[in-house]
Amino acid sequence: MKKRRPFLYNVDRTMIIIYLLMMLLGWLNIYAAVYDEAHKSIFDLDLSYGKQALWIFTSLIISSVILMTEPRFFSSFAYVIYGGMMLLLVAVLGIGKEVAGSKSWIGFGEFSLQPAEFAKFATALALAAYLGNINTNLSRPFTRIIVGFLLLIPMALILLQNDTGSALVYFSFILVLFREGLSGGFLIAGLIGAVLFVLALLINQWILIGSIAVIVLLIGYFFYRPGHRPWAVLIVVGVMGMGYVFGVEYAFEKVLEPHQKTRINVLLGKETDLKGAGYNVHQSLIAIGSGGVAGKGYLKGTQTKYNYVPEQSTDFIFCTVGEEWGFLGSLAVLGLFSTLIVRIITLAERQRSAFSRIYGYGVASILFFHVAINIGMTIGLLPVIGIPLPFFSYGGSSLWAFTVLLMIFIKIDSHRQELV
Amino acid sequence: MYGYKDYPAKEIKFAVVQTAMIRRSFYSQRQYFVIAIILGIFLIYLIKLFYIQVISDKYRILAESNVRRTLVQYPPRGVIYDRNGKVLVTNEPAYDLMVIPRQVKNPDTAELCRLLDIESKVFRDKLRKARGYSPYKASIFIEQLSRESYGFLQEKLYKFPGFFVQPRTLRRYPQATAANVLGYVGEVNPAEIEANPYYKMGDYVGKSGIEKSYEKELRGEKGLRIVMVDVFNREKGRFEEGRYDQPQVQGKDLTSSIDLDLQLYAEKLMAGKRGSIVAIEPSTGEILAMVTAPSYDPNLLIGRKRAKNYSQLVNDEQKPLFNRAIQATYPPGSTFKLVVGLVGLEEGVLTPATRYGCSGKASKPIACTHSHYSPLDLIGAIEQSCNPYFWNVFRTSIDRFGYTNTSVGFTEWRRMVTSFGFSTTIAADLLQQSKGNIPTIKYYDKYFGKNGWRSLTVRSLAIGQGEILVTPLQLANLSATIANRGFYYSPHIVKKVAGVPLRFEKKVTAISPNNFLPVIEGMEHVFQGGSGTARWYAIDSIIACGKTGTVQNPHGKDHSLFIAFAPRENPRIAISVVIENAGFGATWAVPIASLILERYLKGRVVRPELEERMSSANLIGE
Repeated sequence: MKKRRPFLYNVDRTMIIIYLLMMLLGWLNIYAAVYDEAHKSIFDLDLSYGKQALWIFTSLIISSVILMTEPRFFSSFAYVIYGGMMLLLVAVLGIGKEVAGSKSWIGFGEFSLQPAEFAKFATALALAAYLGNINTNLSRPFTRIIVGFLLLIPMALILLQNDTGSALVYFSFILVLFREGLSGGFLIAGLIGAVLFVLALLINQWILIGSIAVIVLLIGYFFYRPGHRPWAVLIVVGVMGMGYVFGVEYAFEKVLEPHQKTRINVLLGKETDLKGAGYNVHQSLIAIGSGGVAGKGYLKGTQTKYNYVPEQSTDFIFCTVGEEWGFLGSLAVLGLFSTLIVRIITLAERQRSAFSRIYGYGVASILFFHVAINIGMTIGLLPVIGIPLPFFSYGGSSLWAFTVLLMIFIKIDSHRQELV
Repeated sequence: MYGYKDYPAKEIKFAVVQTAMIRRSFYSQRQYFVIAIILGIFLIYLIKLFYIQVISDKYRILAESNVRRTLVQYPPRGVIYDRNGKVLVTNEPAYDLMVIPRQVKNPDTAELCRLLDIESKVFRDKLRKARGYSPYKASIFIEQLSRESYGFLQEKLYKFPGFFVQPRTLRRYPQATAANVLGYVGEVNPAEIEANPYYKMGDYVGKSGIEKSYEKELRGEKGLRIVMVDVFNREKGRFEEGRYDQPQVQGKDLTSSIDLDLQLYAEKLMAGKRGSIVAIEPSTGEILAMVTAPSYDPNLLIGRKRAKNYSQLVNDEQKPLFNRAIQATYPPGSTFKLVVGLVGLEEGVLTPATRYGCSGKASKPIACTHSHYSPLDLIGAIEQSCNPYFWNVFRTSIDRFGYTNTSVGFTEWRRMVTSFGFSTTIAADLLQQSKGNIPTIKYYDKYFGKNGWRSLTVRSLAIGQGEILVTPLQLANLSATIANRGFYYSPHIVKKVAGVPLRFEKKVTAISPNNFLPVIEGMEHVFQGGSGTARWYAIDSIIACGKTGTVQNPHGKDHSLFIAFAPRENPRIAISVVIENAGFGATWAVPIASLILERYLKGRVVRPELEERMSSANLIGE
């Protein structure tokens, strides 16, 4: 039907360049993080930078495969891919191996894969496929319920693996839904929820509940128009807010694991245990903060070189950036991510098909959530949530998964004139 | 705008195609809101990054304190040699386990306690104490690990961040001798840190004896080595290529004037006795031997056992930490008659030929302890230690300006007496010396009222009794001064610092050299004379000069005193021997002094029975 087009025909160069640049920078920083004067061999497969080189190489192969695939494949098989991934998530609960408290790995001989990483792009595909359908309308309860299920199934399965960080990523889809017409009230509710969560942990709950009541009454008094917004709605919202405050208290004490509680307490300044829970963040802050304007120089970071920062090639890779490249390096990395994400959103907006647009927003939201949570954690603005920094952190699964996530968008973007 | 519900049902096909378009344009403004949220959050991050990386330098300092470890280099203290180059004090390596409390991370306490052989309660207490000193600075956790436990620990130390080992040196005494002279070394106390900022908590400092008086020379200068360590406390290289390091300066070696062989010999003779021996080389003032008895093994005050042993020594009734040679004071007894005679000769109230009668025990106002030929001249009076003779000399000295003009005569007398170094701390480099006491007219005026006393009132001074007090060192110095015919060098215990000889002050007495001759003659008779008080212990082929003394002791048996020097011409050694509660000077002090002179001058002793009798005698009341 169509004649074959060249391999890289019409792909967005900006995204490709940023993608390659980030993998290169990531590798350089992983090398610095595990750098040891005694071992200088660059491609040693026993060491993480050696393995990461292998992951980067295989990622390039995966990219090529995706760029050669018909874009229609992704929209047509979106539910199949989604279903397959969900089965894998179920499977990992049975046959997975446990690493550091999370049962989220499936082993293949020497290597192992983390299905949760791949579930993200699958969910983005399924969501795009569903919302791309003209019969959906986010102001209708039915659509909301289906969307809710699409998101909650992977979340729940991942939570069962005890991988809270990866489960939280699915909250990022609220940006997609917002773009596709979900009421802005959800964003506001989400924001108020987050603020109330923090306040509930910091302030005595009775004072907080009293304050809510006062605010509700004030709003009612000043904005009351006869026959307009009924009092009942306001009161329901107020009561829900109060219930939420109790819920937070309860959830915090009963549902969260002790280490999660301490992480949040450390962040809120209620605990200052610099040896235990607060140690990672403290050392991470020291590493980044000691970088200065231009950093200590490549391979010269004492915090990273001498292993003061834990998990420094995976979740805390940004420490190496901050310490060895300084504020300029941090600025560059955040700049690259901003450029990439804004680029994706802009490109998503120029898609003819709703599927492509929605998938693009999914990619942007997932990337943004990862970057925001990961860097926010290393600079002490967010609690310690172990999710990788896209394209930078060491790890085959995450690099492959982000590659697939981004490459699918790049591919369908190259066909933006068509209705896929 | 419209949702697809607003379209008529038959146009639904159209709507299907259009909905995606409509939704796109309808909500496409929201892209800016999404982008604003994303960029807004990244901007907040950039502000925070700018603050911690560019504005605040808190983290730069913390990063440095993480990796920077300042290791204090303790130079070994100088070695102390005796006058013949034999080692008196040397060093041996020791290892202090240090801790930086802030860096201690949930250690496997049980394993560490097992390695260190302490209980976990002790561990916690020590850690709390260290934290109390400073959470950021290193302090001693356990001092002076044995070499074996250091060996075990070294291999496991990487498991215990915050702990590291600091090499130190400890003192070692190859011969358990001269403990009070050499002194000991201990950890600085807060007062010492206050007084001298050089010292930091945990440093060692000389606490007594040579260790203290030559502290500055012996200690050298501490060095600093700044290294970088990783999270496991492993050394990873020098901080900034060692730019801030400070080299250590080794302590200087000292050469003591002590003759180790003589010191050991004298200590052997003093076994089981209370008292002291001081031997001085008259021509230089160098102290050849300084014995105080009872003493202790200096090796007791080293290392971890020091605190326990120290409190035992402090509480010991025999006061082994008390250096009798310089701290104890006694009335000089009859040895002081030499001074009385010398002053009389100098003042011209006495000539060698002057004779005074003696009625033995019936003599007034001072009885003589034994009967002898009368009247005696000066030489005979020294030989036989006649009390009435020296009372007469003393009386004529004091009453020189008239019987009632006591204070003028006394002042003049006292001036001459103190020119021998009495009533002052004479040694140049010994600490905690007693001055002794030669009473002043002020003292007597206060006691008896102005002009209310006469020579007769203070007559006991004539025979070295009464208020007069001297140290054994001052007695030895008296002997050396007489041997020198009128001068002495400040007695000292160290002759060279790092091979460079020290110079000491020469002091000349108020007595002219000629006047010493009859006194020396008398002292020679003490040994050689037919009725000399030391005649039984004359040394074969050596002309020795001496003077006995027996000091009345209100608290018990009399103290036995003796001073001597030999040979008479070009004397090489002057000595004082004080044996407490030993009775007559002649019985114990004389033979011991005689043996020491022989040993020093001849290198061996040919009187083994006497040696055996002296060293085995126990005069300390059980």
